[in-house]
Amino acid sequence: MESGNHLPSPSPVEEQEPDNLGFGFPVFLLSESVVFLSFFITYTILRLTHKPWFPPGVDGLDVTRGAINTVVLVTSSGAIILAERALHRGQIRLFRLLWLATISLGIVFLFGQAAEWAGMPFGLDAGSVGGTFFLLTGFHGLHVFTGVCLLLYMYWRSLQPHNFDRGHEGVTAIALFWHFVDVIWIILFILLYLWPVN
Amino acid sequence: MTNHITTPAPFHRPWHDYLKFSTDHKVIGIQYLLMSFCFFLVAGLLAMIIRAELLTPQLDVVDRSLYNGLFTLHGTIMIFLWIFPANVGLANYLIPLMIGARDVAFPILNAIAFWLMPVVGVLLIGSFFLPTGTAQAGWWSYPPVSIQNPSGNFINGEFLWLLAVAISGVSSIMGGVNFVTTIWKLRAPGLTLLKMPVYVWTILSAQILQLFCLPALTGGAVMLLFDLSFGTTFFDPFNQGNPIIYQHLFWFYSHPAVYVMALPAFGVFSEILPVFARKPLFGYKTVAISSFLIAIQGTFVWVHHMFTSATPNWMRMFFMASTMLIAVPTGIKVLAWTATVWRGSLRLKTPMLFCLGGIIMFLFAGITGIMLASAPFDLHVNNTYFVVGHFHYVVFGTVTMAIYGAIYFWFPKMTGRMYNEAWGKLHFVLTFIGANLNFFPMHPIGLQGMLRRISSYDPQYTNWNVVASLGAFLLGMSTLPFIANLVASAFQGQRVGNNPWNSLGLEWTIPSPPPEENFVVIPTITKEPYGYDRPTDLTAEVTT
Repeated sequence: MESGNHLPSPSPVEEQEPDNLGFGFPVFLLSESVVFLSFFITYTILRLTHKPWFPPGVDGLDVTRGAINTVVLVTSSGAIILAERALHRGQIRLFRLLWLATISLGIVFLFGQAAEWAGMPFGLDAGSVGGTFFLLTGFHGLHVFTGVCLLLYMYWRSLQPHNFDRGHEGVTAIALFWHFVDVIWIILFILLYLWPVN
Repeated sequence: MTNHITTPAPFHRPWHDYLKFSTDHKVIGIQYLLMSFCFFLVAGLLAMIIRAELLTPQLDVVDRSLYNGLFTLHGTIMIFLWIFPANVGLANYLIPLMIGARDVAFPILNAIAFWLMPVVGVLLIGSFFLPTGTAQAGWWSYPPVSIQNPSGNFINGEFLWLLAVAISGVSSIMGGVNFVTTIWKLRAPGLTLLKMPVYVWTILSAQILQLFCLPALTGGAVMLLFDLSFGTTFFDPFNQGNPIIYQHLFWFYSHPAVYVMALPAFGVFSEILPVFARKPLFGYKTVAISSFLIAIQGTFVWVHHMFTSATPNWMRMFFMASTMLIAVPTGIKVLAWTATVWRGSLRLKTPMLFCLGGIIMFLFAGITGIMLASAPFDLHVNNTYFVVGHFHYVVFGTVTMAIYGAIYFWFPKMTGRMYNEAWGKLHFVLTFIGANLNFFPMHPIGLQGMLRRISSYDPQYTNWNVVASLGAFLLGMSTLPFIANLVASAFQGQRVGNNPWNSLGLEWTIPSPPPEENFVVIPTITKEPYGYDRPTDLTAEVTT
């Protein structure tokens, strides 16, 4: 509608879009968390009703490896918080540096996960333990991968700082997604790695 | 109202506009309606083949595996490709107009959500052409039946079914985020929650349910797909799995899904009755809030579908009570509708007829629903035609009737032309008689013990089955006057002004069909809706 006389302000859709993202994205993440919840519940029920949980000869998962992965992901979440703060202060170079750190830690996590999968003594078809382990970590890993792609996209956008002229909503949304992935991993770590063996 | 029209709205967009990727919520709304109606016809055709098979006790029309595929796909297409998308189409068209917004919160997401749906349709209907046929485990796809794959083919009917359900789930989540954000963030100034039309309340409640419950089904479907195709055993009872978990995940969504389907129908009734009774909606605030209560309560009743599964008694007791409590907020609504039409000066136009017919069928569905909520009764009739009769009174008798009513009611808004009233009434009469002939007999034969999902039956059930089948054919034919009427009227119907029903809804204050950006000046809302007892306007004009 180009008749300027009747529309004193820019199109409200355009004006309010960032605000919409700020409301809609957390709503989406809440919804997404129910998918994980359905996996957690299935895992918990199956694990409670099956003993021994692990196949003969397997003494549980490698807690040290899981802990290292946890530290990597939590650190990356810290880096993204600092990156956001730098952006709010207008320190775009520091933002890029911290954003890259987040991306690198995300990739390290993915490699760590892949290495663990490769050395796993049981497979996807090893009854309940195989299915739940690979589905839970795989679905989470898919989210980390998606997160890394989003982070890379935003890094590419940050190379032209005028992209941030209209606000940082995209950055906030991606950071929120990254925290979400982090929180899910901590729950996974507790459920999969720290649950005492038998 | 002034300042409405800047550029004259095109009376008709060219037909091929509706085949294109558009981000206009009105185009998307009509795309949803047209697409879902085509699938409705397909699923109806499948139903008529099923009823042709059931016309006689013997197996004489299709073989058993095709019969399994027919009822599986009939249910799936009706739910995922007719009722959901038709409701979404209406809501897409109406919500921004009703809340005074120029579009939805995420227009591109809206378009993507729509274009995923034809993919779902292609997967489901295409599965009929697989060498091993389509999915055969019923629309709920319970394991262990659904995870058996005798053919050994990676691509099989069940695989495509699960893929289709997952894609439709993604589309619905996109829609849910969009609707909730739109209603929450884009309401016109002054449109507080307790001034929103009931239809908007019902869509908000239904979409919150969608967002909260649907992901449970998605999770269940993913695990089922892994069991079927990738060697996991989540739900395989012979290999450490537990099929009951699937049932919980499935019904945690699929019961609330009934409210996702029915709440918009309640909204439609609440919009149309006051207009044709020329009376305010009785107890507006209570009716509005009861929608939300239905949504909340609806998440605590899913186990009533599992009374005959491995469900402990305490759970049966809890879910029996929680299910019966749903009668309270739904009863409030029925009471309010009754009080609204009570001593009103009723104008029995087609939309009103569909609403009254829908409410009558909903009352019947509600009564049988309470019966089924009672565990002792349910243990007796579970998996019989009584259940099939009950939910067809809900999904057809209530929801489809409401969608028909809504299409007639808002047809002049969408096209700027009026439908033919005589043909509309003929459509109503055929539909109402056909539906009742079709679905009522299912109750007595269910009580007598006839099981659902069987292709041949004991001859003692023949008479009622013949009645049901004839009703089904009549119901199938009833769509013909509807199609003829709307197609002819869309092109040649009598032109009408902005507000042929003299309605107070905000959507009727703008031209028909609405211009691209809906409102030139976003209105400020000062009054509650449904003020049919006072001659004032709903909105006050302001400039921002």
